[in-house]
Amino acid sequence: MSDSTFIVLIAIIGGALRVSTPFMFVALGECLTEKSGRVNLGLEGTLVLGAMSAYAISYHSGSPWLGVFAAGCAGAVLGAIHGYVCKLPKVNDIAIGIAMMLFGTGLAFFFGKAYIQPSAPRLESFSLGEWTGNQQIATALQVNPLLLVGIIVAAVMAWAFANTKWGLIVRMTGDSAPAAKAMGVSVDLVRFLSTTLGGFLAGVGGAFLSLYYPGSWNQGLSSGQGLMAVALVIFARWDPVRCVIAALLFGAAGAIGPALQSVGITQGYYFFNAAPYILTLFIMIASAGSKKALRDVPGELSITK
Amino acid sequence: MANLAEPLSSNALPTASASQWRSDLSIRIRRSAEYIAIPLFALAVSAVLFSLFLLALGKSPVQFFQLIIQGGFGTAFSLQNTLQRSAPLILTALAVAIPARIGLVMIGGEGALVLGGFASAAIAIPLVLGKVPPMLALMIMAAIGMGVGALWVGISGFLRYSRGVNETISSLLLTYIGIAIMNFFVEGSLRDLTNPNKPSTMPIGDAYMVGKIPGTDVHWGLAAGILLAIVLHILLSRTTFGFAVRISGGNARAAQAQGLPVGRLIVACCLIAGACAGLAGFFEVAAIQGRANASLVAGYGFTGILVAFLARQNPIAIIPVAIMFGGIVAAGGLIQRRMDLPDATVLVLQGLTFVVLLVSETLYGRFKIFQVSGTADRT
Repeated sequence: MSDSTFIVLIAIIGGALRVSTPFMFVALGECLTEKSGRVNLGLEGTLVLGAMSAYAISYHSGSPWLGVFAAGCAGAVLGAIHGYVCKLPKVNDIAIGIAMMLFGTGLAFFFGKAYIQPSAPRLESFSLGEWTGNQQIATALQVNPLLLVGIIVAAVMAWAFANTKWGLIVRMTGDSAPAAKAMGVSVDLVRFLSTTLGGFLAGVGGAFLSLYYPGSWNQGLSSGQGLMAVALVIFARWDPVRCVIAALLFGAAGAIGPALQSVGITQGYYFFNAAPYILTLFIMIASAGSKKALRDVPGELSITK
Repeated sequence: MANLAEPLSSNALPTASASQWRSDLSIRIRRSAEYIAIPLFALAVSAVLFSLFLLALGKSPVQFFQLIIQGGFGTAFSLQNTLQRSAPLILTALAVAIPARIGLVMIGGEGALVLGGFASAAIAIPLVLGKVPPMLALMIMAAIGMGVGALWVGISGFLRYSRGVNETISSLLLTYIGIAIMNFFVEGSLRDLTNPNKPSTMPIGDAYMVGKIPGTDVHWGLAAGILLAIVLHILLSRTTFGFAVRISGGNARAAQAQGLPVGRLIVACCLIAGACAGLAGFFEVAAIQGRANASLVAGYGFTGILVAFLARQNPIAIIPVAIMFGGIVAAGGLIQRRMDLPDATVLVLQGLTFVVLLVSETLYGRFKIFQVSGTADRT
């Protein structure tokens, strides 16, 4: 029993390391966008389109890293459309997000049809658990370089928000557009760039899905990760470092089902699959009324009003 | 409150003179012309953009739109197929439009449809085995489907009202949870083991299926959808409840200051919305599938969002728009076969239309022809 508990625990930790990366990238992208005072609910579509682009480019070029870059660019294009369109008067950023989600998913399925069969070169991984000498642990604790990239991006973002002029401009735009205007900052430009860059990050998160884990392209690749990541930003209270921690937590929640299945507990598999959604919902309920969240929320944000 | 409704509504007062009444009518016509012209313009723009997309891929846009007309509306068979598919679209679009009128972007129709359909298939098992008369059984199934759907969207509404949880995200999360719940039962305790192919609940059997509208091949869901759209339109535009909803949607704070129970109105709108989507699920089970399985997750809930936005959240306008999109969905198979395009082509068209449509919102109030002096900045 204790042995299987151990296996489950290792599998959950390993799963957290494996599954969390797309959450992390999307959450970081959304964090940047929301810091500038705009909401992009369409990152689910960005994630799927990123996954498809990465797989296609990796298949044609033979270089998975080129695929990652292509995914980022595809995400940036979707982000740029969102960013441009939302600056027009009377355009609702939440509704546009839903539309972009459908549009991105549609494009990905359309162009991705041809790539369901072929197998593309995947990203290499390395193990954090080699030193234990335990094969099981070594396999479970394999991590992907993108995870480290994500953590570095988070650290850089946190530092930049706190210490750079650009970080200050983004935060000011998010907290008070009139103040930013008074300082001579173009609110539309800042939000456009933040949404584009946020889309780039979300696209990279999609590349992880198709090029590392699960590691192939199909239409059921993402089921709401992009959306959960958006909710996760509220939970992380718009702090990049807390986004990383929250992403790991979500990865762990997502890994419960498969981990239990690996030791033969299949009862309630679908409920454990639903665990991340339920967790997200509870987190949203818990953080909605909290005073801390109210203190940290960018003032211009429409999603928490 | 009924007294309050009178002077504020846009209807002409009984005391107004004939000339005033005429100018009032002209204002109304001009305004509604704007609401029709701009969405039509948006449709035209997305058709042009989609044609460019097809041209870039070396496909013929002319053939594409011909196939949509042929496959969606060309023959009696395709027209009936279209109407069949527009029934759930009307209902899921109502599930978006009613909360939208009180200012919510609620997109949980898919989840309420799936769970409502599943619940009515599940309650059908004891009813069918117990040989309950079909008419009664169908009424119970419909009530359960609507009730579960109402509950599902109602949760989002309640969370919005009690905790301020963003309803767009929570309703989409609940959709995923709803689908997981259905899968849990359909692949587990309620699985019909005599059917080895696809995990499903027990078929309800032909005797218990909803019939067709006489003289057609279209099930009663279409009639129910149209009737519900009309009823809800009257509810929103001609009753105190509808007036309170519209006030709350326009300015929640003003509504609260007037003493309107905004929170309860929000929850009520969400319950109505969920019941509509649940009813769509009931008809999918009782008129089309005959059982609950993964086929319920067909994206009707998501297409319904687009339909509602294109109809500008107006229940009556939803009917023709839903029929149009029913035709596009129905023609999908034909397009796939004849033009060798993936089945996601329709998704691209829908997504593109949705984006263009929302961008077109920015055009309201920009054209002088639709404006009457003194009303330019009403929105």
